[in-house]
Amino acid sequence: MYSSSDLRKGLKIMIDGEPHVIAGFDFTKPGKGQALYKCKLRNMITGSLFDRTYRSGESFAPAPLDERDMQYLYQDDTGYVFMDIKTYEQVSITSETLGDDKYFLVDNMEVKVLMFEELAIGITLPNFVTLRVTMAEPWVKGDTAAGNNKPATVETGYNLQVPSFVEEGILIQIDTRTGDYVTRIKE
Amino acid sequence: MNDPNWGLMAKKDRLTQRARILTEIRAFFVGENFLEIETPQRIPCNAPELHITPQSCGKWVLHTSPELCMKRLLSAGYARIFQLCHCWRAEERGSKHLPEFTILEWYRANSDYTQLMHDCENLLSYLVPTKQLNYNNYQIDITAPFERLTLEQAFANFAPTSMQQALADNCFEEIYSEHVEPKLGTIKPTLVYDFPASMAALARVKPDNPLVAERFELYIAGVEIANAFSELTDQHEQRQRFAAEEQQRCDAGLQPYPLPEPFLDELENMPPAAGIALGVDRLVMLLTAAEDIAQVVTFTPEEL
Repeated sequence: MYSSSDLRKGLKIMIDGEPHVIAGFDFTKPGKGQALYKCKLRNMITGSLFDRTYRSGESFAPAPLDERDMQYLYQDDTGYVFMDIKTYEQVSITSETLGDDKYFLVDNMEVKVLMFEELAIGITLPNFVTLRVTMAEPWVKGDTAAGNNKPATVETGYNLQVPSFVEEGILIQIDTRTGDYVTRIKE
Repeated sequence: MNDPNWGLMAKKDRLTQRARILTEIRAFFVGENFLEIETPQRIPCNAPELHITPQSCGKWVLHTSPELCMKRLLSAGYARIFQLCHCWRAEERGSKHLPEFTILEWYRANSDYTQLMHDCENLLSYLVPTKQLNYNNYQIDITAPFERLTLEQAFANFAPTSMQQALADNCFEEIYSEHVEPKLGTIKPTLVYDFPASMAALARVKPDNPLVAERFELYIAGVEIANAFSELTDQHEQRQRFAAEEQQRCDAGLQPYPLPEPFLDELENMPPAAGIALGVDRLVMLLTAAEDIAQVVTFTPEEL
């Protein structure tokens, strides 16, 4: 069992018999009183999002999810298609259920597909992925000040902030847990 | 060779502003004839408080606030003192909380909490020469006087239930955080004052109303920045309140703490006084328009 102090973004817990993932999290202590754990929860089956606030000392059952090693194949009308590496069985997960995770998928990437009672309801990505920058403003020569950043888009359509020296066409590493730029990758 | 740590490089502008703010805070208090104090951060015990968990450090603990040592200095005749230091509160981590954070505390002998309200006004106008702060899409006017609102009035203005009802229904924190806090300090900074006595273990109660403690919190743009009170100087009452707080901790299944005996002994000599704790990281957030506390410190625990 988890307790309130274990709650954090990405944790998967059971609520009313269904698996939920914490999509957003904050901690507050209004008036120096009781601690409050503010969660934005996503129902992993329906994809619906809602807010719920917990106090200290509550307990939560971990969501009983099986993880299967699969390879990402392609996107079609049904959603994102993955293939089980051992059995070659294919499953499809909708864009809504994947949420932002879909932006970090590259062809043939190996991921863990999360199964709840034979239903594919999500994936666990590697912590870091490498993606190509498809759009970024050119580097203004001489702009070497640390901390200066600019918007960029990568091959999956994901938008993020990158340092000013990141140019179009290069590969960058992104932390899939935060969605943030990490570093340039040499080819 | 890899690129340098971009996340850390990206903080440089805010860390530069942070350094300037710390220098200005010191200059402000020196100008007001305060003495800068350093007290030990590893201590035998903190004041027992139900909702604050100290971080163990060997057989002792890290201080959750320098409060007890600062008050021992008051008792020994130090009349105006301030301290800038790190404090630790276990398991507190959110967009405005770090388990290790920077606190500014100042204490004035022969004063009460109304003087500290003026100090807040003067400190903020010293730090913000333009007298205007932009945060969270609010434009906040920093000129004195700040807005003053009793906690009861703040509930009456913004919450669906009264403060008394929220306390009786055991949902004070939920309602305060959901309905009241986001509305505080959005035009001018707000000083919310006069808390229930049960919510202020080290504060003096009002002379004409023992159910209300002389405590206030400073809010800017919905963010709590500081917590202050007129200090309790009655040795026997302080001992009883610590015992009551200890009892609540035991009832909640938490381990008992030793009592801070030297503090309780020396409280006998403490003059009437007022003290305040201000969250420096949050102040830097406000002054540098940072949405997350991680943006204003070099490293969060997750980045170590």
